[in-house]
Amino acid sequence: MSDTVLLTLLTVITAATPLVYAAIGELVVERSGVLNLGVEGMMLVGAVSGFATSYGTGSVALGIIAGCLAGAAMALIFAFLTLTLQSSQVATGLALTIFGIGMSALAGQSLVGVALGALPKLPIPYLSDIPFLGRLLFTHDALVYGSIGLVAIVSWFLARTRGGLLLRAVGDSPDAAHALGYPVVLVRYVATLFGGGCAGLAGAYLSMAYTPMWVENMSAGRGWIALALVVFAVWQPGRLLLGAYLFGAISILQLHGQALGLAVPSQLMSMLPYLVTIFVLVLISRDTGRIRRNAPASIGKPFHPTT
Amino acid sequence: MQYRSFTRKLLALGAGAALAIGALSAGAQDEPFKVGFVYVGPVGDHGWTYRHDVGRQAIEEALGDAVESTFVESVPEGADAERVIRKLASEGHGLIFTTSFGFMNPTVKVAREFPDVKFEHATGYKQSDNVSTYSARFYEGRAVIGTMAGMMTEKNVIGYIASFPIPEVVRGINAFTIAMRKVNPEAEVKVVWVNSWYDPGKEADAARALIDQGADIITQHTDSPAPLQVAEERGVVGFGQASDMSAFAPKAQLTSIIDDWDAYYVERARAAIDGSWESQDVWKGIDSGMVAFAGYNDSVPADVQAAAELVKEGIVGGTMHPFQGPILNQAGEQVVGENEVIDDEVLLGMNFYVEGVQGELPK
Amino acid sequence: MIRLERRAAPSRIMGWMAPLLALLATLIAGVLMFALLGVPVLEALQAFFIDPLSSHYGLAELGVKAAPLIMIGVALSIGFRAQVWNIGAEGQLIVGAIAGGSVALLFHEVDAWFVLPLMALGGILGGMAWAAVPALLRTRFNANEILTSLMLTYVAALLLSYLVSGPLRDPDGFNFPESRLFHDAALLPRWLSGTRLHVGFLIALAIAVAGWVLLTRTLLGFALQVNGAAPRAGAQTGFNQHRLIWFALMLGGGVAGLAGLFEVAGPIGQLLPSISPGYGFTAIIVAFLGRLHPIGVVFAALIMALSYLGGESAQISLNLPLAVTGVFQGLLLFFLLAADVLIGFRVVIGRTSLEPQ
Repeated sequence: MSDTVLLTLLTVITAATPLVYAAIGELVVERSGVLNLGVEGMMLVGAVSGFATSYGTGSVALGIIAGCLAGAAMALIFAFLTLTLQSSQVATGLALTIFGIGMSALAGQSLVGVALGALPKLPIPYLSDIPFLGRLLFTHDALVYGSIGLVAIVSWFLARTRGGLLLRAVGDSPDAAHALGYPVVLVRYVATLFGGGCAGLAGAYLSMAYTPMWVENMSAGRGWIALALVVFAVWQPGRLLLGAYLFGAISILQLHGQALGLAVPSQLMSMLPYLVTIFVLVLISRDTGRIRRNAPASIGKPFHPTT
Repeated sequence: MQYRSFTRKLLALGAGAALAIGALSAGAQDEPFKVGFVYVGPVGDHGWTYRHDVGRQAIEEALGDAVESTFVESVPEGADAERVIRKLASEGHGLIFTTSFGFMNPTVKVAREFPDVKFEHATGYKQSDNVSTYSARFYEGRAVIGTMAGMMTEKNVIGYIASFPIPEVVRGINAFTIAMRKVNPEAEVKVVWVNSWYDPGKEADAARALIDQGADIITQHTDSPAPLQVAEERGVVGFGQASDMSAFAPKAQLTSIIDDWDAYYVERARAAIDGSWESQDVWKGIDSGMVAFAGYNDSVPADVQAAAELVKEGIVGGTMHPFQGPILNQAGEQVVGENEVIDDEVLLGMNFYVEGVQGELPK
Repeated sequence: MIRLERRAAPSRIMGWMAPLLALLATLIAGVLMFALLGVPVLEALQAFFIDPLSSHYGLAELGVKAAPLIMIGVALSIGFRAQVWNIGAEGQLIVGAIAGGSVALLFHEVDAWFVLPLMALGGILGGMAWAAVPALLRTRFNANEILTSLMLTYVAALLLSYLVSGPLRDPDGFNFPESRLFHDAALLPRWLSGTRLHVGFLIALAIAVAGWVLLTRTLLGFALQVNGAAPRAGAQTGFNQHRLIWFALMLGGGVAGLAGLFEVAGPIGQLLPSISPGYGFTAIIVAFLGRLHPIGVVFAALIMALSYLGGESAQISLNLPLAVTGVFQGLLLFFLLAADVLIGFRVVIGRTSLEPQ
């Protein structure tokens, strides 16, 4: 029994990891005042690049880097259009998604049917020998550890460093930051590229670790879930981790529920992750003060430097 | 004198014209026959659509310059389907294959307006003078692998990753279970619905859930190799679907049911070209080659291989039917008597589980 | 160096020129892309842009594809001006189709004039009901409507799948997951005979006109334009923020629901597990491409529809993979969005015009 629980929780962790990566990246982007709806497109481009590079060079590390860079490259297109050319962020992000889906499908045509070994697991010595918790927490691949580490780093960065303060200032009141002489556009560029790199990493995780293969559109909507999770998290990294794991957990548990033979139609079971997310959001949103304190005030609005 | 030569000239002109027309129409016959394909998913799914595209390529290979094929992929099943089918019909395609159930009504609608174009609709049930339906008795394949699963399982729990609760999938589950219970009355099938024909992440999660709940053999009615990859990772075995997935799971794939449309497609294309094409309702099984199998994995014991071959021979020879009674439904009631066989019409709309399947079907 | 300089006032010429420049840029990029892929360039361009428009039937299909985009785009653009981010129009479309379609199935033996209007009412109410959830959650509990409306889209799709697999299934359909075919009284009348263009297209245009009237000629429209630009100033106009939220979501939901009903009562003619190729999401792009103005939305919808039809055409005549369509569409959108910058800014090379010569 405890073995089933352990295995289930392990699956939950892997299911949540791509969501964590994509969402934490988007969180940083949104904190700087930019709304990039192109997460799905960036994830897919990252997935195909990571897979292709890993397959072509035989190196997992190169694959991961390629995934990041590909996502960042897509984000660069978005950044140029929205930050330099001041185009509508919402529309450009959606266009990026369409472009990314098409681009990745085009690039991946020759990779269909190619099998690749999964990312190797890296059990941490000694810690992984602890009964139950050891296996649960310390026997994952590098990208899973990376996701937790990244959230911790971002959280620390936003709350305790000058850079983080600058980022938040740029997001909350870009005019004031600009008046003080801070490079608003540059900060937003960096944040957007970071978000793209994270989305690309999320995609690379999908194609290199989660289901080691390339198929068109393999992210299957996870980019949109990640966007929703940033809102759910009230733009706070800790809450984001909670949201990703909650969503991942419900998704896995409903499958288990079906496997157990629960007499509920499968479509209704599949609705659970979405309904629960809404429910929990309602619960935590009742604290309106917190939302006002945390939502980046300038999100989505173009920044016009007045000089 | 002049009159005669005039008549001769006229005759010569007429003969010349006739020759010219003859040459022109012969030239027109040299134009390749166009065959169109409408796919519901991407060719790169390595599953259902991919196999249809392999069939399309078989037509091109077999008939060479006499045919030209076109395909449109990922056509959504709503309003777009009709437009795409109509476009193919109005652009000179003489034979059009629509490869998903959801294209049924659009196909019928367009067929009415283009009586000279021939349509082949996969897995549907409406025919007309120029609409033919075809499908394969994949459930025969399920009976074979069900037998293998029954013999090889040690935990007596089989995991079934299913897509949508439609009759075709239910047929597969039932045929599998009936065959499995024949050799192993203790074994049970657990079904998880992913509500998608292909979503590798979800299929992988479903496979993990089933394995975590004790399944030691998995099988699927979804299109990606993800479940088998999970099986390989967990040291469990399973069966591939639609295409040979052993590249993804060299140890885990015991065998795979392969959709092989090549022979049927070439036959129908030939018939359309030479004019012998007629509307029919084709539902062929292992005997026709439509339901094919990948090679057995080395790990499959000889007696299991032999049993599987016996089942194949029995089905092909007519001595065995995957839905031959006595069959009990989930509630334990006998729905098919001893030596009775469920007829095709009931099979087409099958919506109940047989005994041995865990879970409930949506009503 | 090259710099962007804000114009004193938005350039009207550029308002018209920008899309044309964008089209030109897309053509050039397309030529490059096709050349790289080894595709015959002229044929590809012809397939994408000319073929869909070159026949009577093709133009009608443009209308069929654009109608839901126009309707929903207009409704969403009004809502977006009010800073209400309804991302769930797709779900509202689906529930509207379910509600209206159920009316059709309920009355499947009744051959009367009131069936269709009743279905339309069902579609509107269904969509509004589905949008009411994010509205309620936002006004009562301050839950962000982006998340709630988006999540509910997935729920709606699963609900449709459940219903057509069970309760709404065609009893003579061999248990396949489709509803009965709608009877004649439940089908939208065709507008152009010989084509699939139905009255829904006319209604979509009417909605665009109505939206334009609302925005430019009513007090509410004024408030929406102000509220969009400066919410705090908007709050001074006397319009209750909560009422605006409800209005925006009800409008979006009702129109999306009606669009859904038009799809199932028009080109499709029954309920299926999948009735929309993402109209609700595409409409968001259309709304922004059209600069949130109803007339702009009409043009943007037609362009988007053309790009979809062009993609199909290119697949058929050139065996181009569908992926190329996506890339092409993305490029088109990028250029259209980028070109808009020329309306508010001018490109200055060298010194700015303010510096002394």
